[in-house]
Amino acid sequence: MSGTNAAAAGGPAGPDRPPARGVGLLRMLPVTGKIGLVVVAGIVVVALVSLVWTPYDPLQAVPEDRLSGSTLQHPLGTDRYGRDVLSILMAGAQITLLVGCVAVAIAAVVGTPLGILAGMRRGWAEELITRGADMMLAFPALLLAIMAGAVMGASTWSAMIAIGLAAGPGFARVARAGTLRVMSSDFILAARGASQPETRIARRHVLPNIFDLVVIQASVTFALAILAEAALSFLGLGTPPPEPSWGRMLQGGQDYLAVAPHLTVWPGLAIALAVLGFNLLGDGLRDVLDPKTRGRR
Amino acid sequence: MTATQARSAGASRDDALVTVTGLRVDAGPDRLVHPLDLTIRAGERVGLIGESGSGKTLTALSLIGLLPDELRHGGTVALRDSSDDLLNAPERELCGLRGRRISMVFQEPMTALNPLMQVGKQVSEVLTQHRTLPNRREVRERVLGLLESVRLPDPERLLRAYPHQLSGGQRQRIMLAMAFANDPDLLICDEPTTALDVTVQRQVLDLLDEAVRSRGTSLLFVSHDLAVVARTCDRVLVMQHGRVVESGSVTDVLTAPRHDYTKQLLAASRLEPTAGGARRGAGSPPETGSGAGAGAPTGSEGPAGTERPAGAAELSEAAEPLIRVSGLHRTHRSRRRTVHALKNVDLQVRAGDRIGIVGESGSGKTTLLKILAGLDRPTSGSVSVCGVDVARASKRSMRRLREQLQTVFQDPMGSLDPRMTVREIVEEPLIGHSGARSGRERRELTARSLESVGIPASAAERYPHQFSGGQRQRISIARALVTDPDVLVADEPVSALDVSVQAQVLALLNRLVDERGLTLLMVSHDLAVVRHLCDRIVVMRHGEVVEAGPAERVYGAPEDDYTRALLEATPSLDRVLAEKPSRGGTGDRPPQP
Repeated sequence: MSGTNAAAAGGPAGPDRPPARGVGLLRMLPVTGKIGLVVVAGIVVVALVSLVWTPYDPLQAVPEDRLSGSTLQHPLGTDRYGRDVLSILMAGAQITLLVGCVAVAIAAVVGTPLGILAGMRRGWAEELITRGADMMLAFPALLLAIMAGAVMGASTWSAMIAIGLAAGPGFARVARAGTLRVMSSDFILAARGASQPETRIARRHVLPNIFDLVVIQASVTFALAILAEAALSFLGLGTPPPEPSWGRMLQGGQDYLAVAPHLTVWPGLAIALAVLGFNLLGDGLRDVLDPKTRGRR
Repeated sequence: MTATQARSAGASRDDALVTVTGLRVDAGPDRLVHPLDLTIRAGERVGLIGESGSGKTLTALSLIGLLPDELRHGGTVALRDSSDDLLNAPERELCGLRGRRISMVFQEPMTALNPLMQVGKQVSEVLTQHRTLPNRREVRERVLGLLESVRLPDPERLLRAYPHQLSGGQRQRIMLAMAFANDPDLLICDEPTTALDVTVQRQVLDLLDEAVRSRGTSLLFVSHDLAVVARTCDRVLVMQHGRVVESGSVTDVLTAPRHDYTKQLLAASRLEPTAGGARRGAGSPPETGSGAGAGAPTGSEGPAGTERPAGAAELSEAAEPLIRVSGLHRTHRSRRRTVHALKNVDLQVRAGDRIGIVGESGSGKTTLLKILAGLDRPTSGSVSVCGVDVARASKRSMRRLREQLQTVFQDPMGSLDPRMTVREIVEEPLIGHSGARSGRERRELTARSLESVGIPASAAERYPHQFSGGQRQRISIARALVTDPDVLVADEPVSALDVSVQAQVLALLNRLVDERGLTLLMVSHDLAVVRHLCDRIVVMRHGEVVEAGPAERVYGAPEDDYTRALLEATPSLDRVLAEKPSRGGTGDRPPQP
């Protein structure tokens, strides 16, 4: 109570802070969010570098160097075929990011419009979409992905599509909640009073105003997608060999856990770091963008 | 000690209950409250007047040690017999004072009460907190007594009620009961009646008055409403931009203001009927229902009449009302109950009329506007606007209608899309309409519309948050006028604005309606605002029209009891000042800080 009063009395600095975008947004990110951003940026850089350069060819087997620990030549050691772990890890970042991007894109493109539709068209459309989303959420995402993998055959693409579809309901829910809030504002009434068609209202008014929520959801979903891809690859339903992938590195290292623990430690750390990075970034973005927490700090 | 005793003894400075010296509040580099001195004597009632952002709430909060942590403060606040420095007192000490020696009543009674706790428990909590009463039975009896003292009906039952089961007025009474639970020495009220309807506001103020006077409690009353402060307080401080610009006894300050800002506030809160209203009053026929025989109202309109678009002129020449509502019903059905938002409403509006629809919250006035604007559908009855039957209109004729009838909304924050530039907002009604306009044409119309409301066209690429509340409402008006409509519908267009800004926006509306010969339909809960702008008044209650007629008649000789109650409850500065005995005289005025 006293907080809101003070904000109101504090003048323009309080409730109507300009919608953050671009550089201003970066500056307003809390420290943890900035750490997340740095981690994410680091992974992106590594993936980009690996496109043109890795210490060794990640696919080249050198049998005489197999299962070596950390040495000067191989800072992170080698695997059971004598491949350089650092190089595989770097190349694996590509797959991780690719899966994350495509899965999130699929989820956002499918889920967001459905959520907006549900929020704008109350009645049976809303009922159908929300119940459908609830039903999909009732199944573990991994189970859906395993089913998809079984039907479509194990490949990076089938994993991405399955993860994307499984994450769709999350976007639909967030978009619907945001849409309901936006739809109750007077500017929607004003737009309807100006005879604007529903599609234009959705495009010009609703989407820009719920965009922040979608961005937050995307960064959190990204982390989930990375984890899901690793799990699928671990189960052999994701990226097929020999394409480098963090999840499959874990699986491959499993048999040598006692002899060469570094084979599981490094990819495990990489996955954990990536997930942490995206989660921190997502939380930071939420702090800055989400109207519910905005202005509370 | 009674209030009068307290006041007569008040000549000496020693009996100061609260002494504030050099209080200042900073947020980073910004000074929100400039060094301020204030003394509240026992039994004295002090008003703090100012607009939003003037620092009045912060000043009030600092007296009870509730300033937000992120703000820095300086100076001292001393409370007699308790503490020399409330501002820096440890939290434990403050907790012992809050609710016992100082209590506070907030603006919004819904959020100030815990929604998940029975109100009886919330009141008794204040009593048990300070261990002022030994056992539960006594607490219960005391709570019942308190609820009775704030005149809540059936206190036994109310003990177990939850806040959402009470009306706004009842909730504010509960807050008062809580505030008085421990007979505090000082009561701080922060806009306690702003969220209430006028008739309820009057009851709550009466109650507050009585309670404060009978107990001799000192009062700090924060409000933006001069009339409310005038009737409640003895002494008043006027704040602007964090400074006290004027202080003195209520009669002195409000009858002979010295500072320009006070004068401006006074002028703004004394809304006279406009020239437009008087002009129309002379020429137009008196009754609304018998409007059929009333020739051409546009004829008597003076210069504005000649500028009217041909279409509208034809309409009025045919003696056909521009808006005709008859037997209108609107019911909302939910599983549990049926709500009649509108019951059998009849209304006729001729071109050039300025209609004011008055009523308290829930009277159905906004629903009526929404139906007229085609944003809601009637349950039964007929509504025709500009010759279009709104209930059965095709999409195309609806679109044509909306070009002729535009709406200005209440909240200038919510009615402008924060993600759009001002240009995009204002030109929106032009998009997708008949006679598709080119981008350049749209831009020109937008610029012209913005300039007509006093916003430079160069500001068109900025976003709404870069403008003040008054400017935003101007933008909202520009959007409504960009299609060059015949009818302007305004839903509480100034109720979210500060008084001085209100006056400016009302003047703008008045000028635009005059210049463009618009037909105006305005909804408001504020009778002064409606009287200022409108020449015909429609009073609504519980979804029904209880009275309608020319403004002078309705205000001068109201026929309906409800209208009378509404008029009486509306605080009027002049009436309050006339009734106030000029106690104290000029010698009472303390030195300016």
